[in-house]
Amino acid sequence: MADKNGFFDLSKTTLSRRTALKGMAAGAGLALAPGFVRYSQAQSSAPIKIGFQSHRTGIGAAYGRWYERTSAAAVKAINDAGGISGRPVELVIEDDGTDPARGAEVVAKFAKQHKTDIVFGTLFSHVVIGSAPAAGENKIPYFVVSEGHHVASTKLNRYVFQPGITDVKSQIQAMAPWIAANAGKKVTQIFPDFAFGYDHRDYLPPALKAQGADVIAQIAIPPTESSFTKYFPQIPAETEVIYHVMVGPAVLTFVKELGEFYGSQRPQLFGFIDSLEAVDINSPGLEFLDGSHFWEGSPRYAQPDDSAAQKAYRAAVGIDDNGAAVGDPKDVSTAAHMFGCWETLYVVKKAMEDAGYKGPEDRAKLVEATEALKEFAEGPEHPQGPKTFNGKIHQCFGIQNISKVEGGKLKVVHKTKIEDGLYEPEGDYTTQAL
Amino acid sequence: MHFGPHLLLAALEGLVTSAVLALTALGLSLVFGVMRIVNVAHGEFFMLGAVLAWAISTAISGHPAIGFVAALVIAPLLVGLVAFLAEWLVLRRLNYNPESTIVATIGMLYIIQQLALTFYGPEARPVEPPFSYRILLPWFGYSGYKLSVVAASAILLVITWLVLTRTRIGLIMRATQYDRETAQAFGIPVERVYAGVFAVGAMLAAIAAVLIVPISQAHYLMGQDPLLLSFIVVIIGGLGSLRGTVVAAVLIGLSDGIVSMFFSPTLAKIIATLVVAMVLVFRPQGLFGTAPR
Repeated sequence: MADKNGFFDLSKTTLSRRTALKGMAAGAGLALAPGFVRYSQAQSSAPIKIGFQSHRTGIGAAYGRWYERTSAAAVKAINDAGGISGRPVELVIEDDGTDPARGAEVVAKFAKQHKTDIVFGTLFSHVVIGSAPAAGENKIPYFVVSEGHHVASTKLNRYVFQPGITDVKSQIQAMAPWIAANAGKKVTQIFPDFAFGYDHRDYLPPALKAQGADVIAQIAIPPTESSFTKYFPQIPAETEVIYHVMVGPAVLTFVKELGEFYGSQRPQLFGFIDSLEAVDINSPGLEFLDGSHFWEGSPRYAQPDDSAAQKAYRAAVGIDDNGAAVGDPKDVSTAAHMFGCWETLYVVKKAMEDAGYKGPEDRAKLVEATEALKEFAEGPEHPQGPKTFNGKIHQCFGIQNISKVEGGKLKVVHKTKIEDGLYEPEGDYTTQAL
Repeated sequence: MHFGPHLLLAALEGLVTSAVLALTALGLSLVFGVMRIVNVAHGEFFMLGAVLAWAISTAISGHPAIGFVAALVIAPLLVGLVAFLAEWLVLRRLNYNPESTIVATIGMLYIIQQLALTFYGPEARPVEPPFSYRILLPWFGYSGYKLSVVAASAILLVITWLVLTRTRIGLIMRATQYDRETAQAFGIPVERVYAGVFAVGAMLAAIAAVLIVPISQAHYLMGQDPLLLSFIVVIIGGLGSLRGTVVAAVLIGLSDGIVSMFFSPTLAKIIATLVVAMVLVFRPQGLFGTAPR
């Protein structure tokens, strides 16, 4: 007799009434527990999967981390409020190494393997440009948060959108009057030698020209450069303003070496905060920036006139009044850009709900619904400010902040208007086939 | 800016590059010369030195010089320990086979790099220089610290040369480099020499990194450029030749500084690579290397 104790006797292992009741009680408790949202009105309660193309490694890694945190906070807020069309949202994250070739692979992987509903979240312009064809081929909507002009140039394809952050061409046009009036008329530009830098190279001179100012020198620096002093002799002596846009890990060196080169007798400095995203403005060597000005998409430091929506957004993402992670003052955020992730996810929610989006078969409907959007009102979903959206060029337009470095903080001294940054569309995506 | 001051600035920049490069490349050259191992992870030991320098200098409060000096002592020792362990755990098990060790050090490269990303993070973080004196020239200002890096590097190179040529340890190392089997027959503990050399090579890279980190910042990808340039220097100078390494480092550093300032940085890299190709074609053993017997 092998089974003396009846281990294998099925009659002895049937579910007792008591066990069944316990299980049912536990299930009911789970359903009633706080945080458990019932997606009752959805026909399908399967989650909407958003493929997040993240710069987890490579030169964009500091941005990638904050883009993930912001997106996770936005997804949590959306899910807590019932999800998209009653369905929960789920982020599927893949690392693109801040590399265009890998970026394209990641987009294809989202479309074919993860079968996500959309792809989202890319920042670096060369990765966006490298990945956009893959999005077009796989006919998967691709919502980037890149700031570059490539989407609005209509040189990509109908599946690529940038509804959460204004493009560089518009930013420059909006700020040029302030630069010409307050900083100086003779401008030397220093920019990274790739797509994002070329936007600045191409659009700043005409924008300044219109204000009676001139770009007198343009200095392109390879994005992997680690030492900069050797470029400074190219800055003409009559320069009144140095306009600098640098990206990548070596930007601190750039500023320090500029400081060593010029000392206190420096020209005016106007920079894009891209140079110092995720970098503490009070780092040793950056004293040189005191009194200089920066573009900020969304202010890093809490401002006295912050709206309730801005305060709620900062709390949800987990940044303190200095724009650093709550509890870790050294972990400085990429506040000037990452708001775009939050806002883009709310645009996706709105477009999906407008389109009656059910699944990947409705992607074309989602594209059309996104193109039909006109404006986004300032509020909890758009804490950076109001925006208009041009469906023909897939680009939004918002306000820009010019901030001054003062007492180790960035203080907003000028806000542009949406109209300042509008330009004639260069094309029309809606004429392309879906 | 006029030609004279422009050239001076280019030369100064080139000298700083040379100084750091000489130390880093010397470590690589030593490891190859004695152990016949191409250490692809060398750049990561450099990075590790910089990252540890940041960790040490931020852990110590007070005047920045205290933290910096502590980093200059502790960081290379820690990096040396890591290299020692890597040698013992990996390279020794592969019997120092040239092909296997290349693959193994590539693996080390990724492991160290990803560990740095995980525990240190993706940011570039600055280390405060021990002193910040700005030398004011009539045409431009220049960092006093940068010049002190050149001096420090020169002193370290002289010390290394003295150790190699004037001490018993240096003699043992040279003997092992010259002929491993004969050295072993004369009772030299070759394996211990190897472990020591691998650690010292990594420490030289780490020292170079600690010196450079107040100028550029600690970042987990910072090991790639020094690795490439070190290989270029070592190939031009001749593998295993201290003199060749230093001469090649000065040559590459200065030409990089001057060419990239007057023309473009890309052209400087093109020229450096072209020189390597020419050396490999016409003098495969390098400028000061001896032909293999």
